This record gives sequence, structure tokens and C-alpha cells, in this order.
Amino acid sequence: MAACSVEELLAKAEKEEAEKLKSISVQKELDLEFDIGNLLACDKNRIESRDFREKKKEDFLRSLARDNTQLLINEIWKLPTERVEEAIVAKLPEPTTRLPREKPPPKPKPPTKWEQFAKLKGIQKKKKTNLVWDETAKEWRRRWGYKRANDETKDWLIEVPETTDPNEDQFAKRIKAKKERVAKNEFNRLKNIARGQKVKVPGVGLLPKAQQSRDELAKAVSVAKSSTASVGRFQDRLPKEKPPKNTGKKRKFEPLIGDFSNEKQRQLELLRVLDSKKPKLDITKAVNTQMREEDREEAAAKRKKGAGKKGRKANTGGKGGGKAGGKGKGGKAKGGKAGGGKAGGGKRKGKPGKR
Amino acid sequence: MRPLTEEETKTMFEKLSKYIGENIKLLVDRPDGTYCFRLHHDRVYYMSEKILKLATNFSREKLISVGTCFGKFTKTLKFRLHITALDFLAPYAKVVHLHISAPTFKVWVKPGAEQSFLYGNHVLKSGLGRITENTMQYQGVVVYSMADVPLGFGVAAKSTQECRRVDPISIVVFHQADVGEFIRNEDTLT
Repeated sequence: MAACSVEELLAKAEKEEAEKLKSISVQKELDLEFDIGNLLACDKNRIESRDFREKKKEDFLRSLARDNTQLLINEIWKLPTERVEEAIVAKLPEPTTRLPREKPPPKPKPPTKWEQFAKLKGIQKKKKTNLVWDETAKEWRRRWGYKRANDETKDWLIEVPETTDPNEDQFAKRIKAKKERVAKNEFNRLKNIARGQKVKVPGVGLLPKAQQSRDELAKAVSVAKSSTASVGRFQDRLPKEKPPKNTGKKRKFEPLIGDFSNEKQRQLELLRVLDSKKPKLDITKAVNTQMREEDREEAAAKRKKGAGKKGRKANTGGKGGGKAGGKGKGGKAKGGKAGGGKAGGGKRKGKPGKR
Repeated sequence: MRPLTEEETKTMFEKLSKYIGENIKLLVDRPDGTYCFRLHHDRVYYMSEKILKLATNFSREKLISVGTCFGKFTKTLKFRLHITALDFLAPYAKVVHLHISAPTFKVWVKPGAEQSFLYGNHVLKSGLGRITENTMQYQGVVVYSMADVPLGFGVAAKSTQECRRVDPISIVVFHQADVGEFIRNEDTLT
């Protein structure tokens, strides 16, 4: 009995062990389809809907996932492996399943003004050859760019046309024309971008707007001022107008060691101007007068107040002092009365105010 | 380092004239040599021509200070006097010139209030020893100890007349700079 139970126990333990460490070999009715490059496995086996409906749905799903992952890993182990710093690495093959792109495809570029025009007129692009025969160099050269064929900027002599001024520099004229073409092209490029993004761009200065801000107004003024034939050189400033900001003018300072006597003269002149601007008013005197004035007023007010109290006191006295409102003031008025009783006392009270 | 521009000179002179009045002329026009103001790292330095020429041997980054620092321009382009300027403010506030009757204003602080002032506090009425007659409100004043040692400078909070009647705890002179800063702000003073 005991031995049997031991065997039984052993068998049970073995079984448990096996449960814990499941075999790496998994049996499936249909083989899985693998795309190792994407680490993808497709299981086409039928799923028993009964398994699904029962309570052990979660367990079923977990074991299914485990088995399929095991198969995928088995497949990876079949690949050639190598050791890189204590880690075993397998090189995945190219993926075979094509995945859809993450982002939507880019929108087509908005056509430029020329492209619109060409489409309207039915003008088609003609492919030109890249290399052209250069007569002077006697070789094939690129049509455009550096070391191009028939480079007109490399001319050492230009014929002066009969119709033009003979003293005009034809070389400079060419360079200027080229620069203008480049500038025009750049301007058109920017206009195309702006049109593509549906942004309004001013040709020069500012766009008209319903409500202009302070800065915009200032900018408009400065643009308007420099929009004269003399680029604003003879435009006078308004009396309180500030100089325009950010006009690109550089600060300029006097040299560190320059004309010392001149510097001194300028500083003395500045001091003279500063002095002349000081007010001539003698503040001390003014303050003294002001303070005396205040004192006098204060004293006058006190005297008046005292007189008023005296008068009221007399009134209340006449009525017998029975009024409730008069009670509060009664105490004060008493003092006044006491002072008022002596003819000299009243006067002395007024005096300290004068000080 | 560069000379001051016209505007900077004006701002600085306006500030200086609050303390020494027309005596700035004596700083600009000195009989004992050519002296000038130069701006370096937003600070105004007063130096002789000789020192200036020596200082040109040093690059801007390496030069920390040259001559006497009078003060600095704040980022809003106001001028702020530093205590280092006291050496020039005090004698000119003291000297009485016969030909120039420049008004200069001084305040003497009682020995008990000296320390409080040197710790950066305002001067209270209780600590006021003497004050120049006819000092206006907000006039720049040089602060002295009773032993006539210059301690710093400030701004009169009250005119002389008002000083007589205010209570002892009210402020009479606003603190602006004091010689205690030589220790307190040792690392920033140049």
C-alpha cells in the first residue's frame, strides 16, 4: 500500500512538473503560416465555439496564445543564430507581408502660377539633353551651372550695341540683369508658396486691415515715409514722432581714445544746458511760505471751530441742555466754555497755532 | 570699453548733479590731468587718460575694473550710483568754492544710528544729527558721521523744515548706498 502510494505520488509530481513546464512541441491540425520578418504567425485552425462559450474562455485563449507563441519562437530558433555579448541573436529575414503605411499619403503640391498657365495653354515639358557641345572649349559640357557650356559670364569681350550709350559698362549691365532675374525668381517662388498656403502677402509694406495695431501703424508710417523718390531722405519728422524702430541702423560710438579736449568741451556744454534748465524758483522760500500759510489756515480753522462750539453751547444752555445729541459735545464744549470764561485764555489758545 | 553717448552722459550727469550739483564741472575739467568717463560692461568708470591707455591692453572679457566705478546703467537705462563713487561725491559735497556757489547737501548721523545706516537701513529722525539748511525733499544727500567721515549717500525724505516737526521714528533720509556695501556686496562691486 505504502509503495503504491509512493509511486502514485511520484507520478502525480511528475505530472505537475510537466504541467508547469509545457513541452516546446505543439501539435496542430493545420500548420501555422509564418512571416518571421514581421514576427507574425497566422493560425488557420478552427476554433471550437463550445470552448469559447464555456466558463474557461480566458484559459482557452491563454493556452492558445501560448501554443502559437511557442510555435513562433520555435520558428525563430530555426534561423541561424550568433552570440553577441552573452546574448543569442537571430537575424530575421525580410518581411513578406506588406503592411499599410502609417501616415496618409502626402497631398499633391499646389501648382505654381506657371504650371497653371502651362496646363491652360497645353504647354508640355520638353526634356533637354544634359550635355551640350561647347564650341570654344571643343568639348561636351553641362547645360547649366558651374563650368557650363557657352558661359556668357566668361566673355572677355562684349560688343557694344549700336543703339546704346557707348560709355555704359556692358559687363556690369549683364551682372545687374542676372541679379534682377534671380531676385524676381525668388520673389515669384515666395508668392507661389504663399498662394499654396492661402496666405495673403503684401507686395510691399502692409496688408490693409480693419483694425491696425499700434506697431502696424508705426510700420505703415515708416514704410510710407521711405516711399518717396529720395527714399525718405527729405522727409521731416513730426514734432513728437519717435524714430522708427528696427530700421537696421547700427549704433556708432566715439573712439575709445579720441579727442579728449573735444569730449570735455561737449560734456561742459551739456552741463551748461542742464544748469540752464533748472527752475529759478527758490524752493526753500516757497516751502516756507507755504508752511506759514498752512499754519495760518489751521489756526483760523481752530478759532472758527472754537467760536462755533461756543455759540452752540450758548444755545443748548438756553434750552436747558436737555437734548440727547448735545450730550456728547457737552464735554468738549465745557472745555471751550472754561477757556471762554477767561477773556485772555481764548487768545492764548489761538497763538500756538501760529508757531 | 567705450565713451558714453550723449544720452548716457546726460542721464549720468543728471543723477550726479543731485549730489554734487555743478561740481561735476570739476570732475570733467581737472587741472591735474585729463580725466574721462568710460562705459564698460554697463558700468561707468572714471579714470585718467593715462590709466585708460594702459587699460586698452586688456581684452573686454579680461578687464574687470578700471579707475573708479561710478555706477551702472540699469537695463531700463537708468543710472544707479555705486558706493565706490563716494570718494568723489564726498569731497565735492564738502568743498566750498568761492567762485562756484554750488549747492551741496549733507546729513550728519548720530553715532548711535551710524551702524544701522551702515547695515543698509534708512536714517530715522532719531538718528539725525545735523542736516544742511534748505535741503529740499528728494534731494540727494551725502551722509556723514558726526566725526565728518563720509558713510554713504541717500535721498532726503523730508525737507529741512519738515524734519524739525516730524516724529522721531519717521524716515528722514532714504538709504541708497553706504560703505558697508564694501563688505556686503564685495563680490559684485567693481
